[in-house]
Amino acid sequence: MSLRSPLGKVLGQGAARGGVRHWWHQRLTSLALVPLTVWFVVSLLTLPSFSYLTLSSWMSQSWTALLLILLVLVATWHSQLGVRVVVEDYVHEAGARTLTLVLVGFAHVLLAVAGVFAVLRVAFGAAS
Amino acid sequence: MPTRPLSPHLSVYRMFRYTLATSFANRATGVALSAGLVLLVYWLMSVAGGAHSYARAVRVLTSPLVRLIYAGLIISFCYHLVAGVRHLVWDTGHGLERAQSQKSAWLVITLSVLLVVLICYRVWLIGAHGS
Repeated sequence: MSLRSPLGKVLGQGAARGGVRHWWHQRLTSLALVPLTVWFVVSLLTLPSFSYLTLSSWMSQSWTALLLILLVLVATWHSQLGVRVVVEDYVHEAGARTLTLVLVGFAHVLLAVAGVFAVLRVAFGAAS
Repeated sequence: MPTRPLSPHLSVYRMFRYTLATSFANRATGVALSAGLVLLVYWLMSVAGGAHSYARAVRVLTSPLVRLIYAGLIISFCYHLVAGVRHLVWDTGHGLERAQSQKSAWLVITLSVLLVVLICYRVWLIGAHGS
């Protein structure tokens, strides 16, 4: 038995059946981002310098590369979930909202892939 | 566009209550940090591009405007981190009473200010020693 009214169904109102997954992923990513972001900020603030050599040798350490990749992936996923809700709340016109959500999605995939690619490139020593 | 009321129902709230202020600040700082991801990835890509591309990026990344953005990002990071932990505590069902959430709102503000000061002090040390 559904608790939704027939009128509500016809008008297409109500949940889009993705609410729990969104909510749960937001919590999981925020939990993971606590240690990841703290590690990242502490690492940045304790680096001996910001010269190219220091950075590239730091980034090519296995653990640094691994954690940076995790940071980029989890942060972009968390960011996408958050920005999505902001767009859904403040952009009311359906066409503009869909377009904005598509662009937000593309931008986040681009950021995630570029970030992972950059770390791997340094880690595997292809950068010169 | 449906004619039923849609969020945000800003006009029905009393503004600048601690509940609304902390919630809105969490959202605003989150959006700021999302924009900050662009800088993070730009920085990583510049290192991946080699010494020359990094040298070019450093000129952008140390410009006065970008330094101002760092200040905003530091504040946003500290607030969003602490306020996010407050949300995670709420999700366990704790701290939801009015008196508790009022207290935790002040705790969030105090802790994030302390964190900002701590990070800025460290950044200032780095700047002062030129390391």
